[in-house]
Amino acid sequence: MLGRSLREPDFETKSWLRRRMSCPPPVLKLISASPFIHYTKCRGQSLGDLDGIPIAVKDNFSTSGIETTCASNMLKGYIPPYNATVVQKLLDQGALLMGKTNLDEFAMGSGSTDGVFGPVKNPWSYSKQYREKRKQNPHSENEDSDWLITGGSSGGSAAAVSAFTCYAALGSDTGGSTRNPAAHCGLVGFKPSYGLVSRHGLIPLVNSMDVPGILTRCVDDAAIVLGALAGPDPRDSTTVHEPINKPFMLPSLADVSKLCIGIPKEYLVPELSSEVQSLWSKAADLFESEGAKVIEVSLPHTSYSIVCYHVLCTSEVASNMARFDGLQYGHRCDIDVSTEAMYAATRREGFNDVVRGRILSGNFFLLKENYENYFVKAQKVRRLIANDFVNAFNSGVDVLLTPTTLSEAVPYLEFIKEDNRTRSAQDDIFTQAVNMAGLPAVSIPVALSNQGLPIGLQFIGRAFCDQQLLTVAKWFEKQVQFPVIQLQELMDDCSAVLENEKLASVSLKQ
Amino acid sequence: MAAPMLRWGCRGRRWAFARVDGGSCHRRGAPTGSTSNQIRGESSVAQQPLHTAQKTRKGEHKWAAVVGLEIHAQISSNSKLFSGSQVRFSAPPNSLVSFFDASLPGTLPVLNRRCVEAAVMTGLALNCHINKKSLFDRKHYFYADLPAGYQITQQRLPIAVNGSLIYGVCAGKKQSQVIPKTVRIKQIQLEQDSGKSLHDNLRSQTLIDLNRAGVGLLEVVLEPDMSCGEEAATAVRELQLILQALGTSQANMAEGQLRVDANISVHHPGEPLGVRTEVKNLNSIRFLAKAIDYEIQRQINELENGGEILNETRSFHHKLGCTMSMRDKEGKQDYRFMPEPNLPPLVLYDATSLPAGADPQQVINIDQIRETLPELPSVTREKLVQQYGMLLEHSFTLLVFEELWKREGKTPGQIVSEKQLELMQDQGALEQLCHSVMEAHPQVVMDVKNRNPRAINKLIGLVRKATQSRADPVMIKEILEKKLSL
Repeated sequence: MLGRSLREPDFETKSWLRRRMSCPPPVLKLISASPFIHYTKCRGQSLGDLDGIPIAVKDNFSTSGIETTCASNMLKGYIPPYNATVVQKLLDQGALLMGKTNLDEFAMGSGSTDGVFGPVKNPWSYSKQYREKRKQNPHSENEDSDWLITGGSSGGSAAAVSAFTCYAALGSDTGGSTRNPAAHCGLVGFKPSYGLVSRHGLIPLVNSMDVPGILTRCVDDAAIVLGALAGPDPRDSTTVHEPINKPFMLPSLADVSKLCIGIPKEYLVPELSSEVQSLWSKAADLFESEGAKVIEVSLPHTSYSIVCYHVLCTSEVASNMARFDGLQYGHRCDIDVSTEAMYAATRREGFNDVVRGRILSGNFFLLKENYENYFVKAQKVRRLIANDFVNAFNSGVDVLLTPTTLSEAVPYLEFIKEDNRTRSAQDDIFTQAVNMAGLPAVSIPVALSNQGLPIGLQFIGRAFCDQQLLTVAKWFEKQVQFPVIQLQELMDDCSAVLENEKLASVSLKQ
Repeated sequence: MAAPMLRWGCRGRRWAFARVDGGSCHRRGAPTGSTSNQIRGESSVAQQPLHTAQKTRKGEHKWAAVVGLEIHAQISSNSKLFSGSQVRFSAPPNSLVSFFDASLPGTLPVLNRRCVEAAVMTGLALNCHINKKSLFDRKHYFYADLPAGYQITQQRLPIAVNGSLIYGVCAGKKQSQVIPKTVRIKQIQLEQDSGKSLHDNLRSQTLIDLNRAGVGLLEVVLEPDMSCGEEAATAVRELQLILQALGTSQANMAEGQLRVDANISVHHPGEPLGVRTEVKNLNSIRFLAKAIDYEIQRQINELENGGEILNETRSFHHKLGCTMSMRDKEGKQDYRFMPEPNLPPLVLYDATSLPAGADPQQVINIDQIRETLPELPSVTREKLVQQYGMLLEHSFTLLVFEELWKREGKTPGQIVSEKQLELMQDQGALEQLCHSVMEAHPQVVMDVKNRNPRAINKLIGLVRKATQSRADPVMIKEILEKKLSL
């Protein structure tokens, strides 16, 4: 089952899959369980690197013949006639699409709480590690009401991988939407360089920052998936034409003595939890003790990043959402008094508050009288932020090391005390500058917090040095040996199938 | 302006125009070809293009009109500007619509090479500077025939700028002189066409056909260097010929391949330019001239009566022969222009900047395009005049019919001799003709001798008719005068 091409799945695999499909989902929302789990009827030949491997895809990727909603009323019932390039590439390699995963509506959010299908629950809420720690602390009667968020916006994909329903999942990353839930769910969350992977079929949030993201349980798996996805696409004019070396195999780094790790000092913010800060520090020490050069660097425009991101993001959102008018596809209201009345009602009914708020903000920034002061200014600041990274890398740094999130995952009830915009501004702090600069970055799970919840750290690489970045990440992963999630149900049901607790380290590689 | 239009709204007064530039506009408002009696016989002294109101108690007011044009030409290409769906006229509705054209979420634009080449060719033919780097933008507005809610255009940095278009306006007493005029070209930009809306009032619905959505357009912006309907019409005709010669657009107005919007304002010479209006919905060259002249007059009337001109969009109603305001709500549209993030800057090369080893499929070389430009109409006309001794005004006519002759495979020389278009240069034959005309019309000859100034014109006209308009009227006059011993 693990890594071998499936001929005719054996009894154990079939029953495992059946159980996964029929199990009521307390931990995730598979939006549409793929009705055609087709088994590869191969005659000893594998279709590709991902032959027979179950994967999940975030519901903002177009899937031919399969409903694609972006967790919005606006696209409920919308069935695309084509596959996103990345989806097609996975299918061409023989991957099995398990289903489409839940997200924040149109990928706007950092909790995966604001979609029309409801919030996503973090599988770690039900882990042995978390529950045991909670027994030690006083808590409310109703255990289930304190479940934790996955982070966002690719929360469904993260939960799917974290709960072993698939080996890899596609997310998207515009300001951290793959890395954030990866950190909260104890996963590898990889954001490729902008232009490396095609966006054709990814329903856009911010065209100039979006990338497809990869969520897996280990770095090697992420590299294999990247190998299947990377490369120029004539349908996406923003992909670069450089050919990618395949297969995308990562060397095992013997030693890090030639490596230079940069620690951006501006990322040490007061809001950073002491636990995360401590792990960040320990990670730096680890590199240093193994012979790497670890230096402090400065990214001076970091403090302007959030505001700059907000202006550019909302502006592009206002533009990208203009196509949703109910005419060609998607939701259309009942009003037919006039075209304009129809547009207004359709868009009011179709979009949630978060989306509508961003559209209004964005249109404000794009008004003729505001364009220079907001949009153009933000573009200039964006250039400065990108230059900060260039300068840091030019000073001899190979890879930057930063936190991914301010803290571990918080309970849903606490998360919703603040609105989406506030949360996004807080939670994207370490991740969104990377999108503005178009760089590759990856979140690696490091250790469990005092509450038994995952904490991740982020590595940021030079543009198009994705392979080098993942190589360093793989070395680090091996050093920290992040524990496997112990899900009670899973252990009880599948003890016959699973051999030992080292599931996470068994990769897709042969 | 036909006479009834002049009287409209002017309380019994009659407005009249002075002749413009040796008469280039004296036929304004008379597309039927007949000159009204009140115009004939006026002096043609004005050096500036002027429209004069008849003397009023306030004193004489002179008006100058400025006309600028925005011309949209559909690019002649197999597929659309940013998608692979076909470009075809009169296909079944919504049969030529790709996922991108229908604005399905997740689809992205991919630039059509042929459209870029067409823009470069047109820019070179119009003496433009070709921008080696140009950018694409989104222009946002909501309309049913614009599926994405925005049009992709080139607002910040278009592909070609600062060109010129030379056109010839027929002038002189018998329209026999051709005066070259130049209109500056502000820019040429690539942009998407919209779909079509068909209003079904019976069922209170609008039907949308997206076949045209996404077809490549060249927007050619002409600076307000024109002063009346005829100049604008002539400029547009010349542009049509150029586009057709290049093959970059079929430029057929009836099929919607060429659409023109006019920007019109009036002012007193020496004073700043007036408020301009935009006139749309001009479906033919004829209507274009009519609409512009009407609008000029309307604005003059309005201002003379103490009114003001609103900066608005007006539509030309050809049955009524007038323009009407199109606005149904107050306030101007803010298009919220934004750079198109899915299209990197368009970079063009020339012989010096072409990178070594560049894939010819992936790059466009401006110099190479320049070398392969076909012969332009102005050059062809010059050749016809020089080589075949044709009258210049005939060369214009010939070129218009060139499309017809092309198919028959005839050369211009063959056509000239077939149609007997050569200039009659045989002095002897001409004298013979004059003699016979004089013999045939003794009364007219008597009138000439009696110093009736108009009589000689009649004789000239008769001789000209006999030569099938192939003789130079000046020469005819000389011969006649000699014969009549004047």
